[in-house]
Amino acid sequence: MQVTMTVNGVEVTREVEPRRLLVHFIREDLRLTGTHWGCDTSNCGVCVVLVDGTPVKSCTMLAASAGGHEVRTVEGLEQGGKLDPIQDAFMEKHGLQCGFCTPGMMLTSRALLDANPDPSEDEIREAISGQICRCTGYSTIVRSVRWAAEQEQKARDGESAAGSTADEGTHETADHERAGATA
Amino acid sequence: MTTTADRPSRVPHKATDEPEGVGSPGERPIGYGSLRRKEDPRFIRGKGRYLDDMLLPGMLHGAVLRSTVAHARLVSIDTTAALAHPKVKAVITGKDLEPLNLAWAPTLSNDVQSVLVTDKVRFQGQEVAFVIAEDAYSARDALELIDVEYDVLPPVINAKKALDPGAPIIRDDLEGRTDNHIFDWESGDKEATEKVFAEADVVVTREVLYPRVHPAPMETCGAIADYEPVDGKLTIYTTTQAPHAHRTVYALVSGIPEHKIRIVSPDIGGGFGNKVGIYPGYVCAVVGSIVTGHPVKWMEDRSENLMSTSFARDYHMHGEIAATRDGKILGLRTDTLADHGAFNGTAQPTKYPAGFFHIFTGSYDLQAAYCKVTGVYTNKAPGGVAYACSFRVTEAAYLVERMVDALAIELDMDPAELRLRNLLKPEQFPYTSKTGWEYDSGEYEKTLRLAMEMAGYDDLRREQAEKRERGELMGIGLSFFTETVGAGPRKHMDILGLGMADGAELRIHPTGKAVLRLSCMTQGQGHETTFAQIVAEELGISPDDIEVVQGDTDQTPFGLGTYGSRSTPVSGAAAAMVARKVRERARIVAAAMLEVSADDLEWEKGGFHVKGDPSAARTMTEIAMAAHSDLELPDGVEGHLDATCVYNPPNLTYPCGAYICVVDVDGGTGQVKVRRFVAVDDCGVRINPMIVEGQVHGGLADGIGMALMEVMAFDPDGNHLGASFMDYLLPTSMECPSWELGETVTPSPHHPIGAKGVGESATVGSPPAVVNAVLDAIGVRHADMPLTPAHVWRAMQGRPLRTDLAIG
Repeated sequence: MQVTMTVNGVEVTREVEPRRLLVHFIREDLRLTGTHWGCDTSNCGVCVVLVDGTPVKSCTMLAASAGGHEVRTVEGLEQGGKLDPIQDAFMEKHGLQCGFCTPGMMLTSRALLDANPDPSEDEIREAISGQICRCTGYSTIVRSVRWAAEQEQKARDGESAAGSTADEGTHETADHERAGATA
Repeated sequence: MTTTADRPSRVPHKATDEPEGVGSPGERPIGYGSLRRKEDPRFIRGKGRYLDDMLLPGMLHGAVLRSTVAHARLVSIDTTAALAHPKVKAVITGKDLEPLNLAWAPTLSNDVQSVLVTDKVRFQGQEVAFVIAEDAYSARDALELIDVEYDVLPPVINAKKALDPGAPIIRDDLEGRTDNHIFDWESGDKEATEKVFAEADVVVTREVLYPRVHPAPMETCGAIADYEPVDGKLTIYTTTQAPHAHRTVYALVSGIPEHKIRIVSPDIGGGFGNKVGIYPGYVCAVVGSIVTGHPVKWMEDRSENLMSTSFARDYHMHGEIAATRDGKILGLRTDTLADHGAFNGTAQPTKYPAGFFHIFTGSYDLQAAYCKVTGVYTNKAPGGVAYACSFRVTEAAYLVERMVDALAIELDMDPAELRLRNLLKPEQFPYTSKTGWEYDSGEYEKTLRLAMEMAGYDDLRREQAEKRERGELMGIGLSFFTETVGAGPRKHMDILGLGMADGAELRIHPTGKAVLRLSCMTQGQGHETTFAQIVAEELGISPDDIEVVQGDTDQTPFGLGTYGSRSTPVSGAAAAMVARKVRERARIVAAAMLEVSADDLEWEKGGFHVKGDPSAARTMTEIAMAAHSDLELPDGVEGHLDATCVYNPPNLTYPCGAYICVVDVDGGTGQVKVRRFVAVDDCGVRINPMIVEGQVHGGLADGIGMALMEVMAFDPDGNHLGASFMDYLLPTSMECPSWELGETVTPSPHHPIGAKGVGESATVGSPPAVVNAVLDAIGVRHADMPLTPAHVWRAMQGRPLRTDLAIG
């Protein structure tokens, strides 16, 4: 069957088997391998993508069901050469180690911050509670999300103080820079 | 001493007025410190390159058919229908492997393991057949088309019944085998220990189970085999923590010459020991590639991962501790039953079938100790070096820390006070333990007191007393662990006869940029950053200018890889030593440049200068260019700066730590909430404190998982009861508290940079702290992990659930 959806802002149409899982469609048909596969039972969350802005475990959704919807993957976080603050935050606060759960964690965090720009630690923990990380013990992920929230708040404050809508790009930190330097 | 709870990462050894930033002109280049990780930019963009992301031209996909029963004689396999599937290219069974001498393969403990079954299946999930198809969905479909007939046999599931007379013989493939016994192993002085126990005021005994658990990295295991028939070269892309050891084993097993085998380990999504072994699916992929002439990918699914790959623990420990009435520990003794599953696949140094379990005397000064371990076969998956176990130090630390708490209850003494009375003192190091370990260094009392201070130990005990008055259940649990890591000295330690030394190669390019090649393999630990920092510290080059290469056996020197917390203790030492060799080569070049004797030069980070004349200086960058130029060098000096090194550790390293866990227990449901967790680790010198803390955080979460949630249970028929994440529960953000970390730094005196390693410390140290806390809360003398709500509630009713009895 034919399926059409928007992935990271680009409309894609492909022929798929009706049983094809969204995770395999994204990884193998579109070759966007930043979305991972980890468990088959909707428990681990390394396959999380945003569907119409909501975190969804893509191993539990058929590609066909995503037809007509907007899908955002980790490859869609960086825009115009600028990292999303959540990406910068995970590097700054050591929110990742092996990197396997990281795309899903960042997308869930992005969705959280879009809905709640100033989440508490408990709210962050609850938001990521459907996803498993074996490396970090979660504290640094929580700190990463808080740090991103603060950076985004500073950016908003800067914009309103300047009376301008220009993006001041507080997250234009070089990838490889001393951690804590901007903490 | 510093505490680091939720602090921003920082550079501990730099003066605060020094400039920040990496390698800017005029700044002192950066070595150690909390540096952002060099590997992160690709991971946060989804550009990590994991095995399953790889796509080779013409690649086919394999899938493994697995046994549905735990113990059965194979009657027949009919693959006709599967072969008729339009997308299936081949089906391989044990019969096909027999003529190739590949139906069985050696394990890491000098046993053999079935690759594809030929005679009988010995655990549920064992590999029966391998299908190769054009795509992964079709390969899976075809598994359903294979018809297997079994003659079911009674299984041995409970290790305690494995040696019963009349127990079914699992390993009838081994000639002359009449029982399920694998080994007996002992350490310590039996008679001296008996004497100490006979004369002691107090002897406390406990039956302590460390249940079977699983590392469960988020990325499962897999391999892509690519055999090129023209040049006879086999390339295996695979999720391995030990690429060089794999290469040698593949060569020995397949007969393909070792120089024609290349192992490539791409980015690995967590390992924790799960990715040390060679699994049957890898061998099938190799055979599949040779048979079909195409690359063959095999990637296991989660159930396969949980059911068939390396488990951890499964130690049934009878523990005894002897002491004086006033709390002086005199002796420790254990008789332990080790469940090794159907094949002895545990990866331990040959001399030590129970790994380093005999470090079970822990951190205490005592008079005598004796341990005996008996290994048995059962109808469960093989394995054993897995889940951050430090070669069974995890089991040892759990046993001693549970026994010390049991003694504290018997003596009616505070468990912190009892530990303080018995910890080894700084002046006793180097300390030779009663089972033969030579502890390098430690400041145990200082470490424990820091943890108590951070936790507010006395206040916690007061709060607990008040809550008890109100009927609320609050518990405080301690553990103090000593690890032995960095295996190891070659004369004592090997895996399958391969000594546990590691190589390093360092190339300095003419422009002063460097490439460091290592034998270890990161699975998320941040080697690209940490090892660049080690060389940066030694040579004064920016870490940005040092590329770290690992995981490709054609590009890196031989060494045994990353497990048992050995990367920093062994490869880290190799990296420092090879950098020092480069520095000495640079000294000769600098001397020629400055026209002085090499002895007249002094090293200051970043370059050499003439003693007493700092203006007569050359930087490493200048020296590197000169080393490749037409500069005239003394006779016999080769030029260039490249160097290689093999590091054979003189001893193991001995990290330690003091952990305090605070829990609240719901008396109505048995639900445990970990409210606080204070962890003070002493892993010697910290290269990148941010990464060290991350390692500790992850291990603490592991500990909470094992203590409260995780168990691989089986029913009496050998059915695996935890074969998916629906049933095998891992800790989430909701079970984990915000960790409170502290540190003491006691450098290892024999390690080139004083580092001891930290990868497994928290996994080793945290389970006893959590269990001790829960038992403290509910006032029960003993209950086994995992302390699930049902288990805790039953223990409170005086009917503790014995996990080992529940599993057959």
